[in-house]
Amino acid sequence: MRESNTPPKLFLQFLRWFCHPQMLDFIEGDLHEFYQRRLRNYGKRRADILFVIDVILLLRPGIIKPADGNHRVSSYGMYKSYFKVGWRSLLRDKGYSFINIGGLALGIAIAMLIGLWVYDELSFNRQHEHFNDLAVVMQHNTVDGEIDTYSSQSYQLGSTLRSNYDNLFRRVVMATFATNSILGNSDKIFGATGMFMESEGPELLSLQMIRGHRDGLINVSSLMLSESVANNLFGTTDVVGRSVRIDDREDLQVVGVFRDIPSTSDFKGELGFVGPLQLVVNRGGRNFGWVNNWLQVFVQVEENLDMQQVSAAIGKVKLNQVSESDKRFKPELFLHPMSRWHLYSEFKNGVNAGGRIDFVWLFAIIGGFILLLACINFMNLCTARAQKRSKEVGVRKVIGSRRGQIITQFLIESLLIVTISFILSMLIVQTLLPWFNELSGKSLTIHWNSLLFWITLSSSIILISFIAGSYPSFHFSAFNPVKVLKGTWSIGRHASLPRKALVIIQFTVSIILIIGTVVVYQQIQFAKDRPLGYNLNGLLTIPMKTPEIKKNYNSLRNELLSSGKFSEVSTSETTATNMWWSDWGFQWRGKDPNMQDMLYRGAVDYEFGESIGWKIKAGRDFSRDFVTDSTALILNEAAVKYMGFESPIGEIVQGYGKNYTVIGVVEDMVTQSLYEPNKQTIFLIDPFGQANYINVRIAAQASTTEALFLLNSICAKYNPNTPFEYTFADSEFAEKFSFEARTGKLVGIFSTLAISISCLGLFGLAAFVAEQRTKEIGIRKVMGASVASVWSMLSRDFAILVIISCAIAIPFGYYLMGRWLASYTYRTPMPWWIFAATGIGALLIALLTVSYQAIKAALINPVRALRAE
Amino acid sequence: MKNYQLGEFEELVILTVGILNNVAYSVSIKDEIDSRTSRSVSMGALHTALKRLEDKGYLKSFNGESTQERAGRPKRYFEITALGKKVIQLNKETKESFWKAIPKTVMPLKFS
Repeated sequence: MRESNTPPKLFLQFLRWFCHPQMLDFIEGDLHEFYQRRLRNYGKRRADILFVIDVILLLRPGIIKPADGNHRVSSYGMYKSYFKVGWRSLLRDKGYSFINIGGLALGIAIAMLIGLWVYDELSFNRQHEHFNDLAVVMQHNTVDGEIDTYSSQSYQLGSTLRSNYDNLFRRVVMATFATNSILGNSDKIFGATGMFMESEGPELLSLQMIRGHRDGLINVSSLMLSESVANNLFGTTDVVGRSVRIDDREDLQVVGVFRDIPSTSDFKGELGFVGPLQLVVNRGGRNFGWVNNWLQVFVQVEENLDMQQVSAAIGKVKLNQVSESDKRFKPELFLHPMSRWHLYSEFKNGVNAGGRIDFVWLFAIIGGFILLLACINFMNLCTARAQKRSKEVGVRKVIGSRRGQIITQFLIESLLIVTISFILSMLIVQTLLPWFNELSGKSLTIHWNSLLFWITLSSSIILISFIAGSYPSFHFSAFNPVKVLKGTWSIGRHASLPRKALVIIQFTVSIILIIGTVVVYQQIQFAKDRPLGYNLNGLLTIPMKTPEIKKNYNSLRNELLSSGKFSEVSTSETTATNMWWSDWGFQWRGKDPNMQDMLYRGAVDYEFGESIGWKIKAGRDFSRDFVTDSTALILNEAAVKYMGFESPIGEIVQGYGKNYTVIGVVEDMVTQSLYEPNKQTIFLIDPFGQANYINVRIAAQASTTEALFLLNSICAKYNPNTPFEYTFADSEFAEKFSFEARTGKLVGIFSTLAISISCLGLFGLAAFVAEQRTKEIGIRKVMGASVASVWSMLSRDFAILVIISCAIAIPFGYYLMGRWLASYTYRTPMPWWIFAATGIGALLIALLTVSYQAIKAALINPVRALRAE
Repeated sequence: MKNYQLGEFEELVILTVGILNNVAYSVSIKDEIDSRTSRSVSMGALHTALKRLEDKGYLKSFNGESTQERAGRPKRYFEITALGKKVIQLNKETKESFWKAIPKTVMPLKFS
């Protein structure tokens, strides 16, 4: 048996492991020789034992190899040479390197910006101490078969949850929605946004106190200020105990100052001050029934309770309490956890319909695709240069490179390029960040000193260099050295196939992005062009906050009108651009008994219509000449349709305990969302004394600056303790599509970048194709080909690729944008020319890019082309 | 004169290399020492000594043939360098001078 004639393997391995490589051969030989001899003389067993003893005795300082073998040293040299060769090949083809690194850096920069944005969105609210157990109580209500969802609640709910569900909630805090109040001390007055809440509020919202304590809000005359408001008001934060006058009504004592709410919180901008809820209750004018929703209820769920179960447990709390007639709205309470506030804020028909998460996904996908485009560029340019570097690979292989080493070499080159691109892209990001922040309405920064940032950065460098470098390195390392060195090797038809596929992917993505941009802009334009039903130009609103201005309103109005700079002045409960107040419980002739009669209400005064410039379709406007107009009603067209009137003038509508006579019909106005159908709205002369806004129309011939100046001085006269605040109706209106406008702008920028990165790649590719075919072009020209024919020959290939991309991208884009538009009730059609124009545009851009190279190649002197060798 | 270090075992090894003139490689050296003395030399000790002698420049080595018996591994032959010869010569003289200095009464000369 051969097997038994060999010494114990384990010890042989051991010897090989520890022995100095220079001595190993002889020593092993000696051991074998002795072993064979002993095998003959003493037999296997003894020979084995002696062998083991010999090996163990060899384990001595002169023979054990040094701790640091010479292995590492030689690899280091190899890697160094890889970097050197990579660097030299970058320098040799400067144009190519520029396109490659520039394109990649641009792509990475965009991906990085989007990454920062996504990170910011995902980390929203996380700084709150009770992030995991905090929730707001929301309710679903069914109106006319559709489920409406909102977070406003009644005053009753708080105490009920607190007393009856004590075991579920650690804290229950009622708070008003963010309101604008006037704060003042002896020196200064200005408006600030804040909330009034119960005393546990600051603890629940984990306000970071600089002065005072979180439990300071017990007294009804206490007040907490944010750092910036305190600084504005007093010039310091050391203000505990100082007094602040609020809304020119109450004097409150400052009991605490907290840090400004960070920009990554949904309370951002809503907590300039925190006052006691009891103050609002004491002011009066609030209803405390179960159906009067005017505040929000925040809860902190007991630890180790499941939010879903708690949510289910309180579902019927309101339903059990409301009157029989209000049960038809089927109010259902549920908890909306803080972790979902920011990203999943929308509800459609009682189901959570996402919200910003859609945009997080959208941008993340766009960012990923742009990065992919840049990587594709890199792969394409590298493989296109294959011919240039094939000789080098051939020589390396002949000398003895293994395939793995060639792969390593090209991966290291890609690492080099990606690292340079990353450094460049960080510079780009750093310069673009202020601009991007303005565009996205955020305050993003690069987290230079966060470990996570560096880990992400270095792992993405490695990942991207691997992705981008994988195809070229496997492509290069597969060369057959004999063919390459003999020169019989050429790229061949099939080699360019993957490259073509990559170009198609690039252009498909770019075209889809362009289609998206065009459709978004189309939709914004469509919404902007929607007939408003009133006139925004020169219309502005002034909030009425103090009792003083309400008292002085008539004198104020008279003085404004007599100045001649204002054509009309009126008051209303809500502004024309946002009439959100809805009511029900109306009766009229021919009303369907099952109808839930939800009507939006505009409580206005006699001159409201005149001041906003509405258009009466039938009947007449309100007039002070008719005493009966205090019970008159004007409907909009949608309301006429909703209530089912044939000829509405003269009809009686019962509501608010009175009989109202319809005196006119007004053209539909956009008083809420631009993308929803006009709401059924009734207008009546304000019976509640709820006027909150003054509507002022600047006369057509007056200059806006002068009018504003005058307005300021007149307001100061009649409302001395309040800063002058006003809003132009058109800027308030612009808010309605600001989100769409912002999204459109961002998507537009991204798609521009996507197409330019794609074109950059195409440009480089065309250059290499032209260079490869120099000889062919020379021969063609000698034989009589014209410049035009050479141009078309070189451009045709690329044109076909772009056309294929169009064929893929257009149906895909149509489908995607159709789905996006479906979320808007009032939406633009998608005319065919958008797609045609996008396709032709992409083709033209691609051809322009290629043409530069094609024409350059076509114009070259054929003699020179043919002589070159 | 410089101090030429030569240990006792090293002296044995270098002398054996001299004896085995031209066919001195580790196995034959070990066999030779084993047969001439009553001790069994371990591979480890021998290789260490050979390496040290080579490092000191007393021995030089060259690769020899490889055989089936040695599983294809080459032999390494040793021979004494000029320096090596000088050193053993010097060593011998030094010892002889010591021998001569011993009084005859202590160590009467014996003749075989």
